[in-house]
Amino acid sequence: MTEATDQHAIRLTAVSKEYRIGASQGEGMLRDALVGGAKRLLGRGPAKAEPKTVWALKDVSLEVAKDEVVGVIGRNGSGKTTLLKLLSKITYPTSGEIDVRGRVASLVEVGTGFHNELSGRDNIYLNGSILGLKRREIAEHFDAIVEYSGVGSFLDTPIKRYSTGMRLRLGFAVAAHLFPDVLLVDEVLAVGDAEFQAKCLATLSEVGRRGHAVLFVSHNLEAIESICSRTIWIDRGVLRMDGPSREVIAAYLKETAQANTAVIDLSQSEGRPGTGEARFRSMEFLAADGSPLEVIRTADEVTVRFHFEAHEEIQSPYVGLSMFTEFGTLVTHPNTWSAGLELGRVAPGQHTLDLHIRRVPLMPGRYPLTLWMNRHSDSESIDWLEQCATLTVHSPGKTVFERSLPRRTGAVLLDAEWRSAPS
Amino acid sequence: MNLSRLQELFQSRELLYFLTWRDVKIRYKQTLLGATWAVLQPLITMVVFTVFFGRLANIPTGGMPGPIFYYLALLPWTFFAAGITNAGNSLITNTDLLTKVYFPRAILPASTILAGLVDLAIASALMGVLLPWYGVTPDLEAFAWPLAILVLIILTLGAGMLIAAVNVMYRDVKYALPFVVQLLLFVSPVIYPTEKIPDGYRWLMLINPLSGIIETSRSAIVPGRAIDWQHFGISALIACVVFFVGSTYFYRVQRRFADLV
Repeated sequence: MTEATDQHAIRLTAVSKEYRIGASQGEGMLRDALVGGAKRLLGRGPAKAEPKTVWALKDVSLEVAKDEVVGVIGRNGSGKTTLLKLLSKITYPTSGEIDVRGRVASLVEVGTGFHNELSGRDNIYLNGSILGLKRREIAEHFDAIVEYSGVGSFLDTPIKRYSTGMRLRLGFAVAAHLFPDVLLVDEVLAVGDAEFQAKCLATLSEVGRRGHAVLFVSHNLEAIESICSRTIWIDRGVLRMDGPSREVIAAYLKETAQANTAVIDLSQSEGRPGTGEARFRSMEFLAADGSPLEVIRTADEVTVRFHFEAHEEIQSPYVGLSMFTEFGTLVTHPNTWSAGLELGRVAPGQHTLDLHIRRVPLMPGRYPLTLWMNRHSDSESIDWLEQCATLTVHSPGKTVFERSLPRRTGAVLLDAEWRSAPS
Repeated sequence: MNLSRLQELFQSRELLYFLTWRDVKIRYKQTLLGATWAVLQPLITMVVFTVFFGRLANIPTGGMPGPIFYYLALLPWTFFAAGITNAGNSLITNTDLLTKVYFPRAILPASTILAGLVDLAIASALMGVLLPWYGVTPDLEAFAWPLAILVLIILTLGAGMLIAAVNVMYRDVKYALPFVVQLLLFVSPVIYPTEKIPDGYRWLMLINPLSGIIETSRSAIVPGRAIDWQHFGISALIACVVFFVGSTYFYRVQRRFADLV
């Protein structure tokens, strides 16, 4: 070992991870294995058809220094979580080598192993030991953890009586006191309120300042840019770009957020989770008079028309459209569930659904869209198109604003007016 | 089981402790009787066996009081049956842990076995009442009882690890397990003494390691009944083989658990 190589906390050398997909994944059947084994014994050719596989990561090489805070970005299903799972030894690479130095703590989820029947106090110990803390260390930081979580008065209440927010805060409080050499964080900020998120971010950047390596996966590009000096972009399992956060994020945005077209074809979209009982085919933007709309301006009246094809009969699915800022903050989330629209029994075949927006409440800018359809009975996703299109909103001009807008406009057009009040 | 694995297990002993503690603590949460259940289960089974098999079916109890005969068999049997069931399901009931955190996987089946040991200890305490009540005073041979329990733990842990690992890949195990446990009760000398087995079928008793453990559990406590060391030795050997096979297989496939579960 030379002096130079001693400085890394994480090193991946040509790491690939292959997953089997389809029926052979998960619950297997003993029968198949027995029949397969018998056939092999009898020499009757290949016992099983080659299972379908997918490369979650392909030939990724990466080095992270001991005191670096590195952001990881990429679309859903691009391999970000697989990378963290490999680094934390939850799963193992198909090929390549991984070298991680020191104590690793991975926060793939906040509050892993929490047990509903146990009290907050018990769960701090349980969760802490699952995350790799010694009992002595938990006892040492116990008061700090309780203080950080803010659930002090409920410490002896079973956590099944906790609110989601309380569980979250308790879980992150334990994680914040891990003091690992390498901290892996996966999208823990996607949940929780703004105050909680701000607190988490502050803690993460502090961990980095303390001189530990942090790998931070998030869709919140603003957060990544604020705490990570370096960012890597993983695209379909390949390390697409590695460099200063600002540059990588700019390149990522440029590719993922395309300009508007009046009709967005969704039939070719790849990497869409869901049961596939129905698939969105396209999305159209229409003006008030029903003509295709290519330029959408703040405060315009717009109808978004969704075309989808049901492959089998679906009972009351619900559909939603999430609009994000370029930094990944959810702006609004219109959906048929909240609106109380029952789609009833959806027969196999082509269907359309309109979302009529009376007045586009978005300031000029680009807004990535996520489109989804869920099953009514179990909320399982039928189709999910993560950031499948980008809505570009142009300046409305004099119709809405008297003067040109400042450079930073914010995201939302407030339906309000200024008045001078009598003094 | 090589040295680095043992070392890793040793380093995670606190997690083992906490998971065991969790299992014990949760088991009797929101129950009225709490840990009394650990005693009630073998005790009630003992009463039922005494009435039905002893009194009604007249199955001999090897010259010892029926309740003692059954209870001494039910202690290891209950531990074994609960142990392989809980350990066998320990991986698939802790999917969230397997897919989200790294720790030595063997801790999951091991912690369920340890939790079972707590139940066994509680249930064994009742012997302090049962033995004097039936006028049974153990002699020096009682030292063999902990030995039988040790072999029992080795056997249950080995079988539990094997079942747990296969269960991750083939959920058939989940359905077969209760059925197999039920059958095992009848091929083990719980409700009858080994002496009642016709000579032609003796080998069946020898290959079932539970038989040596159960018979030793009885002979060790009840005086005037010599321990069949040869039988016990064979059972101990088979238990070690089961443990070796189970743990080797478990460690061989454990890397794939998170991908398969």
